[in-house]
Amino acid sequence: MPPVIETHQLTKAYNSFKAVDNLNITVEPGEIFGLLGPNGAGKTTTISMLCTILKPTSGSATVNGFDIVKEANMVRKSIGIVFQEPSIDDRLTGRENLYMHANLYGVPASEQTKRIDRVLKLIELEDRADDLLRTYSGGMRRRLELGRGLIHYPKVLFLDEPTVGLDPQTRDHIWKYIRDLKEAHDITVVLTTHYMDEADRLSDRIAIMDYGKIVILGTPPKLKQTLEGDVVVVRANNVDALSELVTKWLGFNQKQIVDGALEITVRNGRFAMPRIMELATQNNIYVESILLREPNLEDVFLHYTGRNIREDTSKELHGIAAARRRQIR
Amino acid sequence: MSERRGFYSLWLREIKRFIRDRTRLVTSFVQPILWLVIFAAAFATRFIGSLPADLNFRQFLLPGIIGQTILFTAMFMGINVIWDKEFGFMKEVLVSPISRLTIFLGKMVGDSTDAFLQGIIVFVIGIAIGIPINPITLLYTLPILMLISFGLVSIGLTIASFMTNLEGFGAIQTFVNLPLFFLSGALFPLKGGSLPAWLTDVAAFNPLTYGIDALRHVMLGAAWGPIQVQSLWVDIGVIALFDGLMVIVGTWAFTRMK
Repeated sequence: MPPVIETHQLTKAYNSFKAVDNLNITVEPGEIFGLLGPNGAGKTTTISMLCTILKPTSGSATVNGFDIVKEANMVRKSIGIVFQEPSIDDRLTGRENLYMHANLYGVPASEQTKRIDRVLKLIELEDRADDLLRTYSGGMRRRLELGRGLIHYPKVLFLDEPTVGLDPQTRDHIWKYIRDLKEAHDITVVLTTHYMDEADRLSDRIAIMDYGKIVILGTPPKLKQTLEGDVVVVRANNVDALSELVTKWLGFNQKQIVDGALEITVRNGRFAMPRIMELATQNNIYVESILLREPNLEDVFLHYTGRNIREDTSKELHGIAAARRRQIR
Repeated sequence: MSERRGFYSLWLREIKRFIRDRTRLVTSFVQPILWLVIFAAAFATRFIGSLPADLNFRQFLLPGIIGQTILFTAMFMGINVIWDKEFGFMKEVLVSPISRLTIFLGKMVGDSTDAFLQGIIVFVIGIAIGIPINPITLLYTLPILMLISFGLVSIGLTIASFMTNLEGFGAIQTFVNLPLFFLSGALFPLKGGSLPAWLTDVAAFNPLTYGIDALRHVMLGAAWGPIQVQSLWVDIGVIALFDGLMVIVGTWAFTRMK
């Protein structure tokens, strides 16, 4: 089967700043493709170009075989989009929003009621369908937006930060819906996220993006394997000093301090642990605990970008602001 | 086919929102009453000399206040565009496969219907507070109300499509609303010799002047003839031309909206 999405040197530049820099990706039919990266990495810009909202500065891309510039209208008809920010009319009811969408996307009138009932069932909003959107919770609105994106039977569903600003329980729910929707409708899903767990749990393949470029691409287990090793987590009374020492004497460069603990990525943790203990004792550093774990996506991200994705909190604020705006209106 | 249904659903949305907005419906009653009762009582003697003998000032004023209501409502509709942009709903519409012309027309005709309904409300208020105007003339005012609404709503939507925040729109709105209102002959007769010549000259470039003049033709009948601005058909021609122009401008503005 031909790929659903293909980009060739896709670029979006604002003056000299390249938000997306010569991007080449291929998305296969039926997969959930995750674009993972910090705020400002170019994820939303990439999705916006694929959804024909933004025009690329150079390069090209096809979605469902249609060129995103020359056949923008055909692209629009064949995709569903759930924006990062809410995009529903809260003065209308859930059902009215869905009918509106069906009309905008040219769903035959005879089909509309049937499809809408089915979607409402899928997103478990049947009993609230005739209430005004303003009475919905944030999670319910998100579910309605997800369901709305499916009314016109898109072949690809784009989800831009689908769970930003939602509580953990609701996020869990949404993930389940995304998986179910994908199975039930046999569609391809492209999602952006800056949540590691979201990318890990949802995606079949992940592309880590930074500064407009793909840093590495692969399945979550493959990405973790590329680190070739273990992570040793040390809690001690002076982690900063210990951090310098392990680099100086043991040559461990892959490390970060997370929540007061030193995390060191090493080739073989069982051999590294005694050396680290030894080094700490010699230098009068008191080790509170030491443990060994498998690398996670966070470590992968750090390894390839040299940064910790969690340093970036602005998106979090964004989510809160968005949630607050939902309440104001 | 799908364009037509897209248009319909955009139109229907505006109507539903209007009907559900109780506060706006209630306030739409208050303002015209203030003009027709207080302003009319205070200024009747000032202008009565310029009016034909068989017209009283409140009869003269009612079509003007109907025009004013449509103008203010139409400009107010621009706020909805900014809300829609601010709260993301506009994005859902703009990325749909519907053409920008249809999006503009759906919103414009929907908002015009709201403005049109407000105009009818003021007409009915006028009759209810005892202004001697033949209620049957309402039938003739309907198409004129609609025509006036199209152009004025288009101005509001066009301006709003360029704006990103409500405060800015509020400021610009005042700059558009008040000159168009004061220079339209809504409150005082343009002909009949009581005004400085420059004022009548400027008013000739105001589309609302012709809208209100047309309303007076059909509501006041032959009594309006002596101090008319233009004949009814010239009025209608000017408004129709203005509407056509504004639809082109508005569609262009919506095409470049992100």
